[in-house]
Amino acid sequence: MADALLSARQLTKRFGGLAAVNGVSVDLWRGQIHAVIGPNGAGKSTLTNLLSGDLPPTSGTVLLGGTEVTGWAPERISRHGLGRSYQKTNIFLPLTVHENVRLAAQSRDPQQPWHPLRWWQDTRTATIKNRAISARLESAIELSGLQNRRTAIAGAMSHGEQRQLEIAMTLATEPQVLLLDEPLAGMGVAEAERMVELLQRLKPAHAIMLVEHDMDAVFALADRLTVMVNGEVIAHGTPAEVRADTGVQAAYLGEDH
Amino acid sequence: MDFATFLIQLLNSVQYGLLLFMLAAGLTLIFGIMGVVNLAHGSFYMLGAYLAYSLSGHFGSLALAILGGALLSVVFGLALEWLLFRHFYHRDHLDQVLLTFGLIYIFEELRSILWGDDVHGVPIPQMLDWSIPLTDTLSYPAYRLFISGVCIVLAVALYLLISKTRLGMKIRAGAFNRSMAESLGVNIKLIHAVVFALGVGLAAVAGMVAAPVSSVYPNMGSSVLIMCFVVVVIGGIGSVRGALIAALLVGFVDTFGKVLLPSVAGMLVYMLMAAVLLWKPEGLFKQ
Amino acid sequence: MSTPRSNLEVLPRSAQLVLVLGLVALLAFPFVGSDFYVQMVTRMMIMAIFAMSLDLLQGVTGLVSLGHAAYFGVAGYALAFLTPADAPVSLWWTLPLAVAGAGLAALVIGFFVVRTHGIYFIMVTMAFAQMVFYLFFDNKALGGSDGLYINFRPDASVFGWLPFDLEGRRTFYYFTLALVVIVYALLRRLLWSPLGRALAGIRINEHRMRAMGFGTQGYKLTAFTLAGALAGLAGYLWGAQTGYVNPELMGFHMSAHAIMMVILGGMGNFAGAIVGAFAFEYLLHVFKDITKHWQLLMGGFIVLVVVAAPRGLLGMLGQRRADKAQEDSHHG
Repeated sequence: MADALLSARQLTKRFGGLAAVNGVSVDLWRGQIHAVIGPNGAGKSTLTNLLSGDLPPTSGTVLLGGTEVTGWAPERISRHGLGRSYQKTNIFLPLTVHENVRLAAQSRDPQQPWHPLRWWQDTRTATIKNRAISARLESAIELSGLQNRRTAIAGAMSHGEQRQLEIAMTLATEPQVLLLDEPLAGMGVAEAERMVELLQRLKPAHAIMLVEHDMDAVFALADRLTVMVNGEVIAHGTPAEVRADTGVQAAYLGEDH
Repeated sequence: MDFATFLIQLLNSVQYGLLLFMLAAGLTLIFGIMGVVNLAHGSFYMLGAYLAYSLSGHFGSLALAILGGALLSVVFGLALEWLLFRHFYHRDHLDQVLLTFGLIYIFEELRSILWGDDVHGVPIPQMLDWSIPLTDTLSYPAYRLFISGVCIVLAVALYLLISKTRLGMKIRAGAFNRSMAESLGVNIKLIHAVVFALGVGLAAVAGMVAAPVSSVYPNMGSSVLIMCFVVVVIGGIGSVRGALIAALLVGFVDTFGKVLLPSVAGMLVYMLMAAVLLWKPEGLFKQ
Repeated sequence: MSTPRSNLEVLPRSAQLVLVLGLVALLAFPFVGSDFYVQMVTRMMIMAIFAMSLDLLQGVTGLVSLGHAAYFGVAGYALAFLTPADAPVSLWWTLPLAVAGAGLAALVIGFFVVRTHGIYFIMVTMAFAQMVFYLFFDNKALGGSDGLYINFRPDASVFGWLPFDLEGRRTFYYFTLALVVIVYALLRRLLWSPLGRALAGIRINEHRMRAMGFGTQGYKLTAFTLAGALAGLAGYLWGAQTGYVNPELMGFHMSAHAIMMVILGGMGNFAGAIVGAFAFEYLLHVFKDITKHWQLLMGGFIVLVVVAAPRGLLGMLGQRRADKAQEDSHHG
């Protein structure tokens, strides 16, 4: 069996005396969607932040592609093949869709800010250098369905379109592992369907962790499920196993959406 | 260095540090609670000094001058907050920098118009115009001890205000979570006005109390402002405790630096700041 | 506390026209203007380079530096140290050296400064610039508070042949104008380069840039160093033109003036910096003429600008364009 692309063991994050995340372990495999669910305040977003490097863990380890990345800065983890999208849309509002995704695609170029060539190339023209960026850009825009909105200013788009852009930017960095924090939040029925379809298309080539509240989507997509309450994992397994778990039923699934 | 000299320098460094604290405490509170950077904070120090000069001449007593001056500066602070500053709490730092820079120009010119450009002295009140003998040849001016004393009293008062009174609790609540505090009935606008006026008052009283020792001259605000910024950076924005420790540290380094390493004395405090930044980029006691 | 500024990066036709007309006017000016005004406009052009350098840092990258004049002054002093009392020194190696020196100072200070954010950044840039100020002010060996004289303008000779003589007022004017045009062109190119796009991204949303894999500290340090080097170019020209440098060139007022110029004209496109520099210098000249209490007028003007037109002159143009673009995208 192939190694997990991302493997977190006993992750704990304390703020003062409070443990927002306590001893959580998670594995992500390519071709699988692993959903993390739980009530508000369960620590799901904190967990995502710990995996992406936005927060350093108090204890525990994270392995990405076999390398230990515990405590690495977010940019380093990103370059190692991890991409994340945010629950609260985190895009470049004054820029157009094209410019947003282009920047994301540029991140995969060698980062040498001091190199004079980086000061001279014109990003608006189609040079050889820029073709690699263009390829990533095109693929991301197509996957997220924003082909007709390239010149729209991000800040002026609808919420659903902004969520699409959020995903596009994550995809443009060509990650192996995807951490998606409530990608369906605030979407209408049609938009949510399209996002579910997109995630199914992405599945074969990526290892995906999905934090979500939309239970229909979760049970349609997830291969594995982890349930968190108060920072701890209370159940973990296939959707069927978790559904049958009485502890989970009591604590969480009882309040159906 | 013999003990008497050391003691003198130590007392000087504590006095300087405490004066810096009076300014830095206001600056760090205003920034920590309202999020405003105020480049004109040094002007309040200058205002205090010039008020001490005018009012002590008028009343014939420094004590009355300080009381009257404190009252006037608090009123001035309230007016300034109401007219200008409260509209800038949510604005970009850049806009705040510009606004307060413009104010520096205005204040300097008003000072020139009202008081002229000469250097003035303020006489030490007779009651305090003596020296404590330390050795056969060295003694320490009692007035300088008085300055430190006043600063300590005000520092303790500030501590009591913030941690032991209801007003202080409201101030801390407002800093921690503004909308929550508002919904709990705390009058945020009033709190902000009080904090601002407090900051102005502290800076002005520092200027008044120090005037007999440092004299009263144009642009006296700018040199003290930069030290004040260094103190706030080292101490951590929003932390009054950090401001106190940093101020004493800066006072110590600067005073002893001038005596022991005069050629690099001017740069020592900045090197201290650089070292702190390498270790803790947000200051020693960042909130 | 701060909203990401959407800069006017693509200049509308009207602004482009203004720039072209301005260039033509500047080319013709020495033939119609008196010596006094030619000198004044030269100084404005030097300030325009200074302002453009700050625009890279502040307008494009979003870093508000209250200590940018330190690098301006360092280069001026470099020329002063390099020029002997009795003879001029060669332009061709002193200029690059002074610029590199200013860049190096910016690199060293920048190393400490880019780790800080927001208000800290503003305060520490100011503090380090003051440190440089006191370094020169307190040391007689470096000129002290009196400053230093530069008795000869740099010599442009190349192997015995003199292509142009900078001692001439008009020649120096055109030399400076050429540099303004070159710096502007290079910075415009930089704006659309990978570095420029990354810097703009950092201004708008540094957090997301890091999440996408950009090492933002390295980018900020690069911008800081480049901006410092270009400020040094302006400082070198200032020293060469006026023949005198003193610590005030590195002072807080000089830094604040630069900020004002960039804001006045509109940030992030370098054209605004040029416009702002000219406008600010001219205003200063007018205010000083009106009254000896000119600081009151200047202070009042600054407050007025902040309250009424925080995006500056070109910015007001930009706001209308941004609004229109938003409208269009709704129909797109």
